[in-house]
Amino acid sequence: MKKKYGFMLSAVLAAGTLLSACGTNDANNESSGGGSSEGESNNFKVAMVTDTGGVDDKSFNQSAWEGLQQFGKDNGLEEDKGYKYVQSTAASDYQPNLSGLIREDYNLIFGIGFLMQQDIQTIATQKPEAQLALVDSVAVNENDEPMENVASITFKEHQGSFLVGVIAGMQSESNKVGFVGGVDSELIKKFESGFKAGVKSVNPDAEIFTQYADDFNAAEKGQQIAATLYDKGADIIYHAAGGTGNGVFTEAKNRAKNGEKVWVIGVDRDQHEEGMPENVTLTSMVKRVDTAVMEVSKQTMDGNFPGGQVTEFGLEEDGVGIAETQENVSEEALQKVEEYKEQIQSGELEVPSTDEEYKEFESSL
Amino acid sequence: MEYVIEMRNIRKEFPGIVANDNITLQLRKGEIHALLGENGAGKSTLMNVLFGLYQPEKGEIHVRGKKVNITDPNVANELGIGMVHQHFMLVEKFTVTENIILGNEPTAKGQVDVKKAAKDVEAISKQYGLSVDPNAKIEDISVGMQQRVEILKTLYRGADILIFDEPTAVLTPQEIKELIAIMKKLISEGKSIILITHKLKEIMEVSDRCTVIRRGVGIGTVDVADTNQDELASMMVGREVNFSIQKKPSEPSNETLEISSLVVEDARKVSAVNGMNLSVRAGEIVGIAGVDGNGQSELIEAITGLRKAKSGSIKLNGKDVTNWKPRRVTESGIGHIPQDRHKHGLVLDFSIGENMVLQTYYKRPFSRNGILNFSTIMDKAKSLIKEYDVRTPSEMTPARALSGGNQQKAIIAREIDRSPNLLIAAQPTRGLDVGAIEFIHSKLVEERDKGKAVLLISFELEEIMNVSDRIAVIYEGKIVAIVRPEETTEQELGLLMAGANRKKAGETT
Amino acid sequence: MKLLKGKWASITVPLLSVALGLLVGGIIMLVSGYNPIVAYAALFNGIFSNTYVLGETVRQMTPLILSGLAVAFAFRTGLFNIGVEGQLLVGWLASVYIGLQFEGLSPVVHIPLAILAAALAGAIWAFVPGFLKAKYQVHEVITTIMMNYVALHVVNAIIRTYLLAPGERTDQINASASLQSPFLETITDFSRLHYGFVVAIIGAIIMWFLLWKTTTGYELRSVGFNKYASEYAGINVQRNIVLSMVISGAFAGAAGAMEGLGTYGYMTVMADFTGVGFDGIAVALLGANGALGVVLASALFGGLKIGALNMQSVAQVPTQLVEIVIAMIIFFVASSYLIHWISNRVSKRGKI
Repeated sequence: MKKKYGFMLSAVLAAGTLLSACGTNDANNESSGGGSSEGESNNFKVAMVTDTGGVDDKSFNQSAWEGLQQFGKDNGLEEDKGYKYVQSTAASDYQPNLSGLIREDYNLIFGIGFLMQQDIQTIATQKPEAQLALVDSVAVNENDEPMENVASITFKEHQGSFLVGVIAGMQSESNKVGFVGGVDSELIKKFESGFKAGVKSVNPDAEIFTQYADDFNAAEKGQQIAATLYDKGADIIYHAAGGTGNGVFTEAKNRAKNGEKVWVIGVDRDQHEEGMPENVTLTSMVKRVDTAVMEVSKQTMDGNFPGGQVTEFGLEEDGVGIAETQENVSEEALQKVEEYKEQIQSGELEVPSTDEEYKEFESSL
Repeated sequence: MEYVIEMRNIRKEFPGIVANDNITLQLRKGEIHALLGENGAGKSTLMNVLFGLYQPEKGEIHVRGKKVNITDPNVANELGIGMVHQHFMLVEKFTVTENIILGNEPTAKGQVDVKKAAKDVEAISKQYGLSVDPNAKIEDISVGMQQRVEILKTLYRGADILIFDEPTAVLTPQEIKELIAIMKKLISEGKSIILITHKLKEIMEVSDRCTVIRRGVGIGTVDVADTNQDELASMMVGREVNFSIQKKPSEPSNETLEISSLVVEDARKVSAVNGMNLSVRAGEIVGIAGVDGNGQSELIEAITGLRKAKSGSIKLNGKDVTNWKPRRVTESGIGHIPQDRHKHGLVLDFSIGENMVLQTYYKRPFSRNGILNFSTIMDKAKSLIKEYDVRTPSEMTPARALSGGNQQKAIIAREIDRSPNLLIAAQPTRGLDVGAIEFIHSKLVEERDKGKAVLLISFELEEIMNVSDRIAVIYEGKIVAIVRPEETTEQELGLLMAGANRKKAGETT
Repeated sequence: MKLLKGKWASITVPLLSVALGLLVGGIIMLVSGYNPIVAYAALFNGIFSNTYVLGETVRQMTPLILSGLAVAFAFRTGLFNIGVEGQLLVGWLASVYIGLQFEGLSPVVHIPLAILAAALAGAIWAFVPGFLKAKYQVHEVITTIMMNYVALHVVNAIIRTYLLAPGERTDQINASASLQSPFLETITDFSRLHYGFVVAIIGAIIMWFLLWKTTTGYELRSVGFNKYASEYAGINVQRNIVLSMVISGAFAGAAGAMEGLGTYGYMTVMADFTGVGFDGIAVALLGANGALGVVLASALFGGLKIGALNMQSVAQVPTQLVEIVIAMIIFFVASSYLIHWISNRVSKRGKI
């Protein structure tokens, strides 16, 4: 008995050593290959902490990681040493995860998602020498001023949402469209207000149904809500609901299989893939978290860490917009989108981002 | 002499106890060999050694003259040893045949051949006079029939040495008679039987020889023809045993318990106690004789507050205690030895010490302001254990670990120690051996002599006849007759219990 | 194999279980292409290597101890309280609510008040299933599960309607109600270790005392073991069922206060259950429903949870795999029965 265990243990040990040996070899090759050309930038280390959605949420965590990977590749960094991500399985993991990365001497650490705001603020106070970045919210100190060692990144989601609203307003055949929100919050209100404003701008008679799932990670709830909205006659649904939105796609695809003509407008990334093979993705409101992550990483590596600043990524900065895949969008709609884009960029059109602003906007139509 | 089974000098230890010490048992071919001992004497352990469930520390087992090593029950089966367990191991929803072939299914082309099996079962059943319907479902047949299925099971597997573990404990008198006939038939067909029991009467009636063990030690083997009940009893207990209770005539005084026009409904809302009148006086033992299910349980539950009375009254020393809560009833002076000691009498997972204060834990000196005083509780338990001869390793031992007799002694200690005015004893000696029975009966008489009222409920007429001063016969929720034990017979009681009226009963005797 | 029997068994069996769990977890990692040695080194470092992770481990243990006690207490009286999660949530909210009120109160008053409010809220939440069980024999497993969902959504609705601050959460509680301690944070390199740990230990002592030293505990245990004998002994069975659920709920509510007053200092709108209440079930079982056992099991759970973060970060083992490995360890500890069986088997064979 004992002998048997002993053998198994030594087998595991041996295999372990072998494997780790392989691992080191690979690493050596890589660093010796790329190391010589980009000697200095190799010292820069950047990492991100996902929220509970995880790195494969097909939404902004994933987008952020894509940005970080691109940045790493462009600058010859090695994955897991020069750049990496850490996932959080519960909200209580945010702080130890952030703290652990600081301990590992990362030069820049991203916290993805407004859920992490409090934890970023706490850590930033405790570790003033650390350089942090917060996506989707603004880290502030006791006096409500942006914190010196946190780069806050926000997006003008209402602008992008306005554009997909325009498309929805023009392409809806039933004149009814739906909006599914993740959690009723300031952030998601920006999506909702912008979208509604866009629809009403081109189609004042359109009816808009709005529903919140109270959850970013409940695909089955998303599917239920989508079913309700489609049943009410909506033919296009715009979701701003993270993982919950995957359920909207499922429902749309099921209906498409049965010959119904329904569309989904994706969010955060180009969600064309999620609509395949039934091809139900009309377009997507992309939020270039990847661009933002790359941009802030680059600035920091160059010694220009934008701490204490709130960087807002809007249409102008290419931080938001409609997705590259546009095969299902009509020429007419695309033209209108271009028109409105110019108006917004020039400041001629102010897109509402809250319920109040939207009410004002609606009455001004 | 050739023995079919010879267990030589068996020793089996468990942590802290020697369960079997140097026991020798020799079974002759074609005999019924009784294995006699008190509860917890080590009978079951010895048989489990023979059946391969335990491995002995010392000693040898020979089967048909050959030394064997019985490592598990399968080996025992192959050697032709079969066990008829006290607690049946049958699947309720299966038929007799399905139960018998379970684990040993005859197959034809990969399928279980139930038809052939049923035929085989029927043939065996006929051969030994078991008359079991192979196609009946277990849940539909009586306990006695279920036991025969267990017997069939061992025969079907080819056993010619059968171990019966307390086979009569669950049977009615009629069923016992039939079982004895079956055992004799088995012997005549060439089988050999070991009968585990503590009932002396049965041994005298059916066995050829008897091996006695006491507290794990083999006392000896005797030919039944050359002995008598008294000798067997003293071998088993280790001293002289009194079967007839020595008691002086009762001197009843005032009425302690008065029940008038009592109606109690059972769980199905049927009146189980139906306008009953009964009184028990201080200084007498009233025995309630009756067939199970004639309202005995409901009567006790109504007196002790466990069940609501629908109408009528229960008075204790002149005070109306009808429908009081159990604790108030207990405190007003009733002690209750419940019928089912595992269900009501004890919290099996509590220590003996904790069980000893089940009725008094909330009172001083056992607790004070809601805080238990464990040292007082355990001291009390120790003295009760000593006084009532409860055999337990310590007062901290879980009640579950004790034998039935010692569990019952613990309950009796607890209830009598509170010195209640009325002691209700429901089936106080069920499943106990003679030593324990004698002890309990003497305690009941002792209480009576102290001037307490005792209400005894029992399904065993012998006990009712021996212990009671007056006998109340219960039938369909009413007391149909009150007789004195010296003025009646078991036969007359039996007829009364079956609903015949006194006069008629008198005529037939 | 001698070590697996007798008086050493209570120590050697859990240790061997952990070892077996690590072994199987290691094989799984090996098959999936990760180096188990590196991963386990990271796990170990993630629990013990510095004061920060030690502090975080203890912080993680704190609510686990109380939720474990809640489950264990109900178990002791024969009830299966799956509703610890919901009771924890309402307790959390109650503690935060009290923490937000009463400005300028002394911490000596404010903290106990907030914890008691949490315990009371949890107790009320558990009273409902307890009452339904006692009065109408409704199975507590069903009702407590349902009460979890009710708690989740009611708590969210209350925060949204009455207590909402930017960031989908309540405001920070007043400092006078906070269990957080700059001192503890400093000595553990800014971990979130807080004084709640003391509360949890006091909770364990209370549970032990209540159950084993009082007449109430005697009644509760008696009812748990044997309803009929308890009834026979004049114990009010129904009252004790309700009482047991209420006390269990109070522990669960206090667990919520640990999060509300300690770890976070606020409450967010919850997208999902915290899991602490459900982990409490495993903690209670692992700790054999005893007070000390629960504390030790919480240490194992808390340590693994915090160490797992490092395992992911340093050894690059995906979180999913980390969770499987952790599950394996707990699985083997929980099934120490298996170890007994193996050891029996071996010693039997050895003799033949």
